[in-house]
Amino acid sequence: MDRSGALFAVLAFLALAAVPAVAGSFGVDLVTKIMIYAIFALSLELLAGSTGLVCFGQAAFFGIGAYATVLLSPQHGPPSLVWMLPASVLCAAAYALIVGALSLRTKGAYFIMVTLAFAQMAYYVVHDTPLGGGTDGIYLATKPVLGPWLDLNKPLAFLGFTLGCQAAVFVFLALLLRSRFGRALAGIRVNEQRMRASGFSTYPYKLAAFVISGAIAGLAGFLFAVKDGFVTPELLSWHLSAAVLVMVILGGLGHLRGALIGAFAFALLQEFFQSEAIFGAFARHWHLGLGLTVIACVALLPHGLVQVPGQLRERLLGRAQRSATEMRNEPL
Amino acid sequence: MSRSEILLRCREITHRWGGLVAVDRVSLELERGSVHAVIGTNGAGKSTLVDILSGEIASAAGRVELLGQDVTGWSQPRRASAGLGRSYQRTTIYPSFTVLENCRLAAQARAQKPWAWWRDAQRCKASIAEARNAAQRAGLEELLDRYAGLLSHGQKRQLEIALCLATKPRVLLLDEPLAGMGAGETEGMLNLLGELKADHAILLVEHDMDAVFRIADRITVMVNGAVIASDTPQAVRANPEVQLAYLGCD
Repeated sequence: MDRSGALFAVLAFLALAAVPAVAGSFGVDLVTKIMIYAIFALSLELLAGSTGLVCFGQAAFFGIGAYATVLLSPQHGPPSLVWMLPASVLCAAAYALIVGALSLRTKGAYFIMVTLAFAQMAYYVVHDTPLGGGTDGIYLATKPVLGPWLDLNKPLAFLGFTLGCQAAVFVFLALLLRSRFGRALAGIRVNEQRMRASGFSTYPYKLAAFVISGAIAGLAGFLFAVKDGFVTPELLSWHLSAAVLVMVILGGLGHLRGALIGAFAFALLQEFFQSEAIFGAFARHWHLGLGLTVIACVALLPHGLVQVPGQLRERLLGRAQRSATEMRNEPL
Repeated sequence: MSRSEILLRCREITHRWGGLVAVDRVSLELERGSVHAVIGTNGAGKSTLVDILSGEIASAAGRVELLGQDVTGWSQPRRASAGLGRSYQRTTIYPSFTVLENCRLAAQARAQKPWAWWRDAQRCKASIAEARNAAQRAGLEELLDRYAGLLSHGQKRQLEIALCLATKPRVLLLDEPLAGMGAGETEGMLNLLGELKADHAILLVEHDMDAVFRIADRITVMVNGAVIASDTPQAVRANPEVQLAYLGCD
């Protein structure tokens, strides 16, 4: 990650930490929700942006993490965070291992369709069987705690915990992407044929990326289940897979901060178009406004919102260094 | 050359694309210290042969030995790790990476350590040293920080060779390294091949006949997937069958 990216991340995390001081309970809830989406988007960024694997079934891992949280928590007394969190993450990672092992044998559009198919499979399992309470979903009996120190029932404590998770995932991915493993993933994205000719067995690399991505999505699912206190099959639906893909593309594929920016932009746009105070009765048709805005963004900013500073600079400096800037806009 | 050292050997390699026999029972040996050129008209099966030797496609029949080991069932990455480097007819580089990072990533194949996720790849001294060395041998030491996509065509071809060298191969399979190169660049590449042949076994697929007859120690001629001659350049030039099939009668 370059210096401007790191600076952006530090400022963004400081701003998020300051949210409780300025926002009411609605604001705290909204920001917590968006940060969970941001973790979810980061998980997809590792696959779609960094490795070039467009997974269209990411919601399955999110939903399985959420359902695991509810199904594994005991009926009486608050469960311990120490084992609930890893258990949910492991369930999502295990499903990612199966889906990845099979879907990574395909490429391109086929990969997209196969990941979608596996996600739909998981969706119908929770939707049509009594396992997960069917279409109604199920409630989480009690929210997990970490001894006497951390009670996730309190919105502020939960916001702090989510922020910590988001920061940890961000730093982990930033380190991962600059490591040899991350460079190999970048190489696979740009030219897998050359990677294989150089002596990299690319399949295990892609599978590892897939499982890590699934685990992070599972973490986001865990947080989502704890935040709302109940889960529904919609958490595994393809709508959510599509929404997270739009977040990552909106923010800018190939940049970690793009996933954060995209999650916030997408969720805030959704809030904006759903607001009856602004749009009155038209707010019911919020999909239209959101969709048109996303299309406009993608058309005007093909590299995503992270590209905005670079484009402004180019406007100001003229087009002399255009090709060089263009190369720099390519994800590294 | 003290004694012959055969680094790569293939026996009776056959491959079919549907009903077409692209490679028909081809056997050849690559020795250290020699450039073995494979010539033939378009569609003679030269590139398919390189693909089979490098493990990119599986052959229908035949056997490939690398450094005395039977590698017939090995995947391409495994063969590459065992010392087989190849270049492509169509340039196969990482356009959005710098020249140095292109070479570094190739060199990383020798020291992958994917589990060390907290360690910066740019601090891996061994692979950076190897990358600089490969770039320098290929004549790109001035362009280390240039994005590979911005290089000229000839420079991209040089980078293609550098990517090959950075993995420290013993055997080089070069598929038309001179294609589209200017006279000066061709000269540089031939000098490089001359240097490399001391400690590598080189298979050269090439259309530039002047270059082939200048640098090759042995020439194999393929027609319709089959070998019709395999001999020294002088003998191949004098072979009437080759003249008829390929070189033309002049």
